[in-house]
Amino acid sequence: MTRVLTTGRIVFWASVAVAFAVMPLIFSQSFALSMLSQMGIAIIFALSYNMLLGQTGLLSFGHAVYFGLGAFFCAHALNFIGAGKFWFPVTLVPLIGGIAGLVFGLLLGFVTTRRAGTPFAMISLGIAEMVAASALMFTTFFGGEGGIATNRAVGKAFLGLTYGPQIQVYYLIAGWCLVTMILMFAITRTPLGRMANAVRDNPERAKFVGYNPTRVRWFMMALASFFAGIGGGLAAINYEIVTAETLGLVASGNVVLMAFIGGIGHFWGPIIGAVLVTLLQSALSNYTQAWLLYFGLFFLVIIMFSPGGIANLIALHKPVWNAGLVKRLVPSYAIAAVAGSFMLAGFFALIEMIYHFEAKETSSKAFSFFGMKLDPMQVQYWVGVALVLAVGIALVYAVRKVVVRAWENLTVELQQKGAV
Amino acid sequence: MAAPALQLHDVRKSFGRTSIINGVNLSIDAGERHAIIGPNGAGKSTLFNLISGRFGVTSGRIDLHGESINGLEPEIINRKGLARSFQITNIFPRMSVYENVRCAVLWSQGYKYSFWHRVDALESVRERTSEIVERIGMVKRRDRIAGVLTYAEQRALEIGVTIAGGANVILLDEPTAGMSRSETDEAVDLIRKVTEGRTLIMVEHDMSVVFNLADRISVLVYGEVIASGTPQEIRGNKAVQEAYLGTEQH
Repeated sequence: MTRVLTTGRIVFWASVAVAFAVMPLIFSQSFALSMLSQMGIAIIFALSYNMLLGQTGLLSFGHAVYFGLGAFFCAHALNFIGAGKFWFPVTLVPLIGGIAGLVFGLLLGFVTTRRAGTPFAMISLGIAEMVAASALMFTTFFGGEGGIATNRAVGKAFLGLTYGPQIQVYYLIAGWCLVTMILMFAITRTPLGRMANAVRDNPERAKFVGYNPTRVRWFMMALASFFAGIGGGLAAINYEIVTAETLGLVASGNVVLMAFIGGIGHFWGPIIGAVLVTLLQSALSNYTQAWLLYFGLFFLVIIMFSPGGIANLIALHKPVWNAGLVKRLVPSYAIAAVAGSFMLAGFFALIEMIYHFEAKETSSKAFSFFGMKLDPMQVQYWVGVALVLAVGIALVYAVRKVVVRAWENLTVELQQKGAV
Repeated sequence: MAAPALQLHDVRKSFGRTSIINGVNLSIDAGERHAIIGPNGAGKSTLFNLISGRFGVTSGRIDLHGESINGLEPEIINRKGLARSFQITNIFPRMSVYENVRCAVLWSQGYKYSFWHRVDALESVRERTSEIVERIGMVKRRDRIAGVLTYAEQRALEIGVTIAGGANVILLDEPTAGMSRSETDEAVDLIRKVTEGRTLIMVEHDMSVVFNLADRISVLVYGEVIASGTPQEIRGNKAVQEAYLGTEQH
């Protein structure tokens, strides 16, 4: 317990490293590679955000400010390196972003962390808006509407790393992702990390055990901004362009969604959220124009039915798994999956029908839905889709009880086994 | 001669036009067990809030070991060696018993805002925390989440969190409120044990606890100390009997 590097932990982090290393061998298409790179950046960003939300209880609506500022500083750094003004290995450029994030986290955080709760959320929103507005005003640094373009393949190649090919950039991101993941996890196990939890749960009591809650929040904010800045630096290298959108409110909102979807109560939650949201945003948008609607609904469903996010759903099953009783849940889950896919199919079809009905095409509005032809101009398709949806809803409603009963039986059994 | 552990000079506190504390003078020697009693609304909890820095005084001075602590933040006063418990249990409900105590140990062991030490590996913190957990009799409850403990257990943990930082002046606000007779007896034993060699100031309604534990008692009525003395003196004091003991029998 006292040793930092228990065998279990070494094995764990080593397997994460291996997974990062083999990912591009499995998914080798350029589309997949750029998505994996994006995921790595999103993971760093989401984890750094959860240092605020999950660990310190600070709901920030402006975390992209530090991510974005890190990105801008790195873009300029790359351009300086390219112009031969100074020498710095590209591999370590994200660190410049981290330091920029840290400095601005200390500066702006000094103001924002004076308050917690709703006032903090509002102040963070105000700061985000202010920085986003500045980005369009100070065009020398932020580049106005066009942003700052850069070139990552600058400087002398070190160990043959030019960062021209995307695969090299992927491994750069993966490396930084692994290092920052380990560091952010380690911080949760330090005096500051633990006191951040204490301040989140009961700031008043924290005062009476000698801690200044404002200080704790401020330091956590600075550290979270440091890691966000590293993520931003990697984004600058990855996209070779940084615009005002990088630090805008949409980006700040996106990381809130990632954290909540993944689950803020577990360290791993935001990783799941980052991967899933990136996947949905890039993959879903290839299939349907209405993807934002589905994404919003997905978020809504998670918040309503599993407020602890996906991580909490997984954690819920851990004692069941440990007790070797997963097979008890399989039948009810299988039935639920059938009912659920009925409902979803009906629902998606309906949305797509509406969407295509609104569309501008004049000749034919018919479209293919999972290999099936649907025509929003003919009434029988509407009736059919509505029927599928209605049956789906009825099925889900009925099946819900089956799942609940399976869980009830299981809980009893787990208690008898003393597993809970 | 050493300065008293805690000294209040003409301390006053008013909220708006309502005056709660009207010139309290109090001197408590190091190592003394001092009880503050008085009817509801006399200002006992307010007095504790003033001493611990939760509220600022309107006028007057509070000295800890001969040094003024007026206007200091609660955490600064805590670091100077004064710790308090709360009338309504005030712990970290989502943390385990062990973690609760550890939060209260960290600062005193010098780890402050460190984000470069691994908390589980800090030998002095572990020793101190385990010692406190043992002293409050919660070794078996060590890994329980504080929020699911019984009321009496939470009160014991509250005391543990209060003493864990090694403060030499301990303020306990109604430590036995809401407890059964047997729970109260256990709590009294615990308080006696953990405040050994320290200065204890407590607000308490249960007279058997007060007369059992306290070396000296002060009676607070309408924001003023009307009497201060040994339990015998207080028992025999006419003004006290009229104002308090006679009318509100416990």
